[in-house]
Amino acid sequence: MWVRLGTIAAAAVIAITACGSNASPGGSTAAQPPTAGMKPPTTVGAGEGQLNLIAWEGYVDDSWVKQFTANTGCKVNAKYAGSSDEMVSLMKGGGGGQWDMVSASGDADLRLIYGGDVKPMNTDLIPDFKNFQTYFKAPGYNTINGIHYGISLQWGPNTLLYSTKKFPNAPTSWSVIYDPANKGLVTVPDNPIQIADAALYLMKTQPNLGIKDPYELTQKQFDASVALLKQQRPLIKKYWGTAGDEITLFENGDVVVGAAWPYQTIQLKADGKVAVADTIPTEGATGWGDTWMLATNAPHPNCAYLWTAYVSTAKVQAEQALFFGETPVNAMACQEMEALQAGSCAQYHADAPGSYFNTIKFWKTPIATCPDGSSNCIPYAQWQTAWTTITA
Amino acid sequence: MAVTTTAGRLRKNRGAAPLQSLFWRLPWLRSALLLTPPLGWFVLIYLSSLVLLLITAFWTIDTFTTQIVQVWSLDNFTLILNEPAYRLIIGRTVGLAAVVTITDTVLAFPFAYFMARVATRRIQTLLFAAVLLPLWASYLARVYAWILILNHSGILNWSLQSIGLPPANVGYTIPAMWIVFSYIWLPFMIIPTYAALERVPESLLEAAADLGAPRWRAVRDVVLPLAIPGVVAGSIFTFSLTLGDYITPILVGGAGSTFIGNVVYSSVGIANNVPFAAALAMVPVAIMAVYLLIARRLGAFEAL
Repeated sequence: MWVRLGTIAAAAVIAITACGSNASPGGSTAAQPPTAGMKPPTTVGAGEGQLNLIAWEGYVDDSWVKQFTANTGCKVNAKYAGSSDEMVSLMKGGGGGQWDMVSASGDADLRLIYGGDVKPMNTDLIPDFKNFQTYFKAPGYNTINGIHYGISLQWGPNTLLYSTKKFPNAPTSWSVIYDPANKGLVTVPDNPIQIADAALYLMKTQPNLGIKDPYELTQKQFDASVALLKQQRPLIKKYWGTAGDEITLFENGDVVVGAAWPYQTIQLKADGKVAVADTIPTEGATGWGDTWMLATNAPHPNCAYLWTAYVSTAKVQAEQALFFGETPVNAMACQEMEALQAGSCAQYHADAPGSYFNTIKFWKTPIATCPDGSSNCIPYAQWQTAWTTITA
Repeated sequence: MAVTTTAGRLRKNRGAAPLQSLFWRLPWLRSALLLTPPLGWFVLIYLSSLVLLLITAFWTIDTFTTQIVQVWSLDNFTLILNEPAYRLIIGRTVGLAAVVTITDTVLAFPFAYFMARVATRRIQTLLFAAVLLPLWASYLARVYAWILILNHSGILNWSLQSIGLPPANVGYTIPAMWIVFSYIWLPFMIIPTYAALERVPESLLEAAADLGAPRWRAVRDVVLPLAIPGVVAGSIFTFSLTLGDYITPILVGGAGSTFIGNVVYSSVGIANNVPFAAALAMVPVAIMAVYLLIARRLGAFEAL
């Protein structure tokens, strides 16, 4: 209770001090974000000795951070966040000057960019940028009107995880998580962006809805996706909050099928208590792409650039990919991955051709502007409200 | 002679401690000085945050950037009242808090009665330790222990299967939350009930017996009415603790076990919608205010 009231009091104070500094933006990808005019540096100076990061757990691991600190003298302080929304909250709560960078996922990026919380970065200062997969040099979730609001880091698909005992033949469709035959045996993430997974499924199964992008939904398309998820609700054993939750559910036999990340599959296979496998069904999959973004009032910008350059190198990219179970954006990381773990490059699709990325619909913040330029689409706040009514 | 002596002592005291004479002349000053520091702390830290909570509840946020917009509106409250999902969540939270309170009352009364009026001193100490022992362990560890008991391959299903019964899938359901809440808050019901029962004078029971009342009648007509304030005091704990909890629903609950606290938590920590969280947090505050008024009627505060 104290914590809660304290947070509210603190937020209220921040709201008072922040009042007036940020006008409400139009909310279009074509509109210029508030920090678009800020010129990024053209050279990187000496490190400031400190670097404060908001990151996913596992993204700031000692096994590669120690070398960075030894190289640059920048001491890394990391705060782990549990969700994209928490990252956005933390960045806004910092009031500027508290954090240097955030390893935000695509569903948080546009909120940070249009909130004026992050500023443009100079890709010329990242030597490995030229080796990035083309898609990740300027993905729609972190690059607007040709300005880069961060440097892509890693990505991964949201996979269909299943027990091979229950499904001896790999399911080929997401329909298994909407099938009443699996009542009480399904788990999906407790995350509003899950609505996009339903939309992706409807894109293929109900083409008359005319869904083109699962993150840009009109009211009718949105209602259909929400209706599908409400129908799914009785099949759900539990909406998982952390990867560990889902692993426990599978290991105890409470669920046999669900939406997951490759990380869970790797952990479950390593534990060996239950036989599982994962697949990307024919409808395709949603995915996440993470970006290191620079806070608008970052107190240690030089260390931030040094860090981004360091984590973009093939070696660190490969280490982090295998540590977390995700895929590097640096195409040169493939050999490093093979050296660390044979076969891992293909396993994680690190050598995927450009066409592969058409099957993955990467997370991005849903905004009111539709693909046709009209403002009939459902913004993220409504996704959150709808998610509460689905899971209630 | 005696009067002179007293007057002399008074005069001497006045010289030694002018403050004391000030207190004597202005009796309210002593209590004012005594109460100022705790009261100031209370107002500053406790009430001011409550007031801030109330004020914030009338603001809204910009839905895209989640910045707070300081425009007065009743939107948050209208949403809570009109959206069936929130009514469902509030109903579920209050309903389960009530059921847990009743369960704990039924479990605690005979136990507390035995402890207070039947058990020997030695047994009493042992029972006290037994009641308080779980409080030494972390709340989280105890909830996780229940997950190990209730989940699909847990001890419950293992036991049921070993005696040839079909498995009971209690894990990740509302009944699982009911069991865990009832277990976790039971000591908070036993202790006040025990305290109230212990205070019932033995002489009243003897008088009842002298008047020909059998033991059960004496318990019903004499002990029970006198113990009610203690039970109500205990129910304040079990009810309010369940009402405000959000950890057990996360860990033990399944789909459809969202509590008010979970929505508040996700509104602040996830959606960054502090105004809505504040509005929703006012619901349990209002419910507890009503509850405490009723509890005061029933004399719970004399029993604390």
